[in-house]
Amino acid sequence: MSTANSSARQQSARQGQWRRLPLIESSRLRWALVLGGVVYLLLALASVEVNWARVAEGSGRALNFLGAFLQPDFMSRQNDILAGLMESLTMTLTSTVIGVLLAIPVGLGAAKNIAPLPVYAVCRAIIAVSRTFQEIIIAILFVVMFGFGPFAGMLTLAFATIGFMAKLLAEDIEDLDWKQVEAVRATGASWWQTMNHAVQPQVMPRLIGLSMYRLDINFRESSVIGIVGAGGIGATLNTSLSRYEYGTSAAILLIIIAIVLMSEYASSHVRRWTQ
Amino acid sequence: MPVSSSPQGVPQWQRRTTRAQWLQYIAWLAGISLFLLCWKVISDNTMWVFVEDAGRQGSDLISRMMPPRWEYASQLWKPMWDTLNIATLGTALGIMMAFPVAFLAARNTTPHPLVRSLALMIIVSSRSINSLIWAMLLVTILGPGVLAGIIAIALRSIGFVGKLLYEAIEEIHPTPVEAISATGASRLQVMNYGVLPQVMPAFAGISVYRWDINIRESTVLGLVGAGGIGLQLNASINSLAWNQVSVIFVLIFATVLVSEWVSARVRHAII
Repeated sequence: MSTANSSARQQSARQGQWRRLPLIESSRLRWALVLGGVVYLLLALASVEVNWARVAEGSGRALNFLGAFLQPDFMSRQNDILAGLMESLTMTLTSTVIGVLLAIPVGLGAAKNIAPLPVYAVCRAIIAVSRTFQEIIIAILFVVMFGFGPFAGMLTLAFATIGFMAKLLAEDIEDLDWKQVEAVRATGASWWQTMNHAVQPQVMPRLIGLSMYRLDINFRESSVIGIVGAGGIGATLNTSLSRYEYGTSAAILLIIIAIVLMSEYASSHVRRWTQ
Repeated sequence: MPVSSSPQGVPQWQRRTTRAQWLQYIAWLAGISLFLLCWKVISDNTMWVFVEDAGRQGSDLISRMMPPRWEYASQLWKPMWDTLNIATLGTALGIMMAFPVAFLAARNTTPHPLVRSLALMIIVSSRSINSLIWAMLLVTILGPGVLAGIIAIALRSIGFVGKLLYEAIEEIHPTPVEAISATGASRLQVMNYGVLPQVMPAFAGISVYRWDINIRESTVLGLVGAGGIGLQLNASINSLAWNQVSVIFVLIFATVLVSEWVSARVRHAII
């Protein structure tokens, strides 16, 4: 914002013609963005094919589904739901523990200030691959390799956890307070001792907070990877949807929401306690 | 940090009291037992025969994927365009719905605490349910196609954008709001001139961030029939055409990298 511009604004404001500051300053860029947006919107909407007859046919089903939320059916598939839930929860816990343990070395390697360049490149590549592909794609590959069941699901979630945790951990290490590292090094500490006494105490609270957050994400993800056969409650949900048993689906969705709510509440407590 | 004295009367320093130390041991024991218990459940439900030949299966898979059938890429431009549309239109729709919800959910702009809890309820349910589940639902309701994908992405985005935006609204400076209210402005005018300019940069940043995530998520929506490149992925996997699958993977990887770069650039420019 140039001063000439702002004094002109003040002048016109005194004459009662005030206009608010635009979010994007250059007017040319602003109009180009608007124009580009409109052109894109027209092109995109033109290429979306909608079968309105099918939509109209399905709207009755939508009402059925909404109705099912008012009277969810927990009982008729109780055993399937419980088994799926048990698998989801165990998968969540083991995959988070394994993923975090594996993410720590990768995160250390991906921090520019403590890792040599080749290690840095390798660890960043691991992070990029793990973050790019959705859990469900990884799950497809792991199901082919390890067979159906929660083991493939657990590995999938652990792999996704590595990318997530290692990236955030590396960023945290990259902007830690370097003075403490120097102080510990000055005492003649080895690399291992430096990590343990200078780096680890600084990143620990955030690491715990992120692990709790990831636990939450892993539970949410464990509810979908069942679609491709990697265990968990997703398979039960998928079956109930394709059988149009909306009561059961609504029950499963409500359980998922409740568990996510509880874990969010718990993790906010843990985070407050560590900080 | 307690200091106890040894039988000889020499003070001894310990990091924790004996009680705290024991509590910590017990917590570790409980945690590890829980982990092992969960591990046992998983291993009981696993066919270890299949796991044992994982290495062979993996190398077999890679040998089928290599070399990628690059000609197949020419059939992928239309699905890729659909994927981009699902992500972008879905984000736009989601933002439009999230915007009022966020204002209703923020403690300082909500009209009534009851409305606030309703808005928070919407945000939580949208956040807890993965976009693939939304897509499965919508495919049974609307039929397979891009529309189901767009709405699935939009419904999932409400929670994310809404949550981050209402937190941004709760953190605004109260002074501009007070100044505007002091001029006798109505509620809407206060929102428009006092609150909105303060949260606009955060809002733009959050939207672009969500768009980037949505690109990633929209690549798989086709697995349940909601359009985009996932449909091709599903078809290739079902016909065991692994050399086409690898082409799709390369394309997804490139798209996600580009979208991540764009989103990082835009966020950098805004903030």
